[in-house]
Amino acid sequence: RWRLFSDLLYKHNFSEIIQRASKIFVSHSQITRLYSRFHSLDKGENGALSREDFQRIPELAINPLGDRIINAFFPEGEDQVNFRGFMRTLAHFRPVEDNEKNKDPSAGEPLNSRNNKLLFAFRLYDLDRDDKISRDELLQVLRMMVGVNISDEQLGSIADRTIQEADTNGDMCISFSEFIKVLEKVDVEQKMSIRFLH
Amino acid sequence: GFLHFHGVVLLEILQGVTLGGDKEASETSNETNTVQGLIQRDDSSLEKEIGERRGNRRGDFALSDVFYFSKKGIESIVEDEVTQRFSSEELVSWNLLTRTNNNFHYISLRLTILWGVGVIVRYGILLPLRVSLAAIGLSWLVIGTTVVGFIPNCWLKDWLSELVHVMCYRICARGLSATIHYHNRENKPKKGGICVANHTSPIDVVILANDGGYAMVGQVHGGLMGVVQRAMVRACPHIWFERAEMKDRHLVTQRLRDHVNDKKKLPILIFPEGTCINNTSVMMFKKGSFEIGGTIYPVAIKYDPQFGDAFWNSAKYNMVSYLLRMMTSWAIVCNVWYLPPMTQKEGEDAVQFANRVKSAIAQQGGLVDLSWDGGLKRAKVKDTFKQEQQKKYSCMVVGDDSSE
Repeated sequence: RWRLFSDLLYKHNFSEIIQRASKIFVSHSQITRLYSRFHSLDKGENGALSREDFQRIPELAINPLGDRIINAFFPEGEDQVNFRGFMRTLAHFRPVEDNEKNKDPSAGEPLNSRNNKLLFAFRLYDLDRDDKISRDELLQVLRMMVGVNISDEQLGSIADRTIQEADTNGDMCISFSEFIKVLEKVDVEQKMSIRFLH
Repeated sequence: GFLHFHGVVLLEILQGVTLGGDKEASETSNETNTVQGLIQRDDSSLEKEIGERRGNRRGDFALSDVFYFSKKGIESIVEDEVTQRFSSEELVSWNLLTRTNNNFHYISLRLTILWGVGVIVRYGILLPLRVSLAAIGLSWLVIGTTVVGFIPNCWLKDWLSELVHVMCYRICARGLSATIHYHNRENKPKKGGICVANHTSPIDVVILANDGGYAMVGQVHGGLMGVVQRAMVRACPHIWFERAEMKDRHLVTQRLRDHVNDKKKLPILIFPEGTCINNTSVMMFKKGSFEIGGTIYPVAIKYDPQFGDAFWNSAKYNMVSYLLRMMTSWAIVCNVWYLPPMTQKEGEDAVQFANRVKSAIAQQGGLVDLSWDGGLKRAKVKDTFKQEQQKKYSCMVVGDDSSE
């Protein structure tokens, strides 16, 4: 019975999915390809991806920030992400030029705006979603990226220095606006964009 | 004779039909029927991306360092080099087999009718024909090799044994409607050598053995396979290992070495990837085969996906379902290239030698040359790779220019 349901999900609801998805990704062929990819990652064939499904990708498993990136797909407390959620997260990485084709003033800020790309990166640090990067949170991410190769003390002083340079309101944390200010000269659009070939 | 003719006719018909079907499915059919990548991946290294922003400050951390890893991570989620190798290759235009319609192509009424006719032909006509051929082939192998086994060891026995083996494999190949094009046959593996090839399916053995005798290497099985294995060994030496023996690497290497050193024995056939890959790439060659010594005869096998998908996805299908799929495909069409023999160079270790052979095979077959282990099909990737990246990044943060 479950099998039949998932078959329906994939085959018959497909056009509806495409329609809703076209608000997130513009090109039909991109959506189809991403759907195909989603389906191939979905080993359980239940229309949703779990964290294990992502961890099966070797290149992601060896990425030092792999777990945090996977986390970005799962909303608070959820263990499964459906195709819509999958696309929404990936849409952050669409190039900014894509927006020229989709000028819809009522749509609100697009997912791939500079601001939202920065928010994606900010949330990699801000695990508890309190809109601040604390010293501990910063240390956690640092530790993930350097592994065992740097001592606690040295890492601590790197964290302290980073916070000191960014923190303007003296709360020893980095807020999102402070984060944006520090990175104002960085070419976020290029570094956080993926070019699709279709 | 007749079987060959039948195979050729079938192929011509199918070519005509599928190309007709293709025109329906896609107006823009390009040279190769395979799908191109989804995203543009620039292989920028860690050093370049993060090193860029250093300027004159050697060593430091910046909040933007996460960008590099995020981008790489997301790229690999959209498209990665490894997981796609463990499932069947995608085709741009449909070849009228339901199993390959993964891209949700729109199927018109005309195409559906064509497909229906195809199903009737494949399951009603081709399948019974092929199954009987396979049965004949296998029984011939068992009976023939047993009979040959009674002859005392001499040149007659060897000659008859090769005859029996090749005939059986030819019948089996007809049983799959396999059309094989052999290239560069002057490089065919010789006695006392080791033949290595990329692995896509158990059918690889049939494909290669159609053109000559090989000594097979593998694990002892029970049931029908076991009967076949025991019969084959009566006619000429093959190397079958008990399950327990396979764990002892030295034992395995020694037995293979003994076989290879006896120049009268047939070349052994080994698939160094250790598992079936989907024929779009060649994955890591395990070094064991390259430590035996002797001459390596590399062979590249490339199947044409248009007529049937030969890849055995052992996670999805067991052997019987797989053979059923094979026998209900249009045909198995493949190219086999015999490459010039290679030997280990001075100062080259087994791993480097293995990589050299792998590259040669990949290049000839038009396959992507990957260093990833085919074992990732089932096992998790080793932590050492992540640790390597962490080490590299740490060097940049600390500002250590003496990093290797």
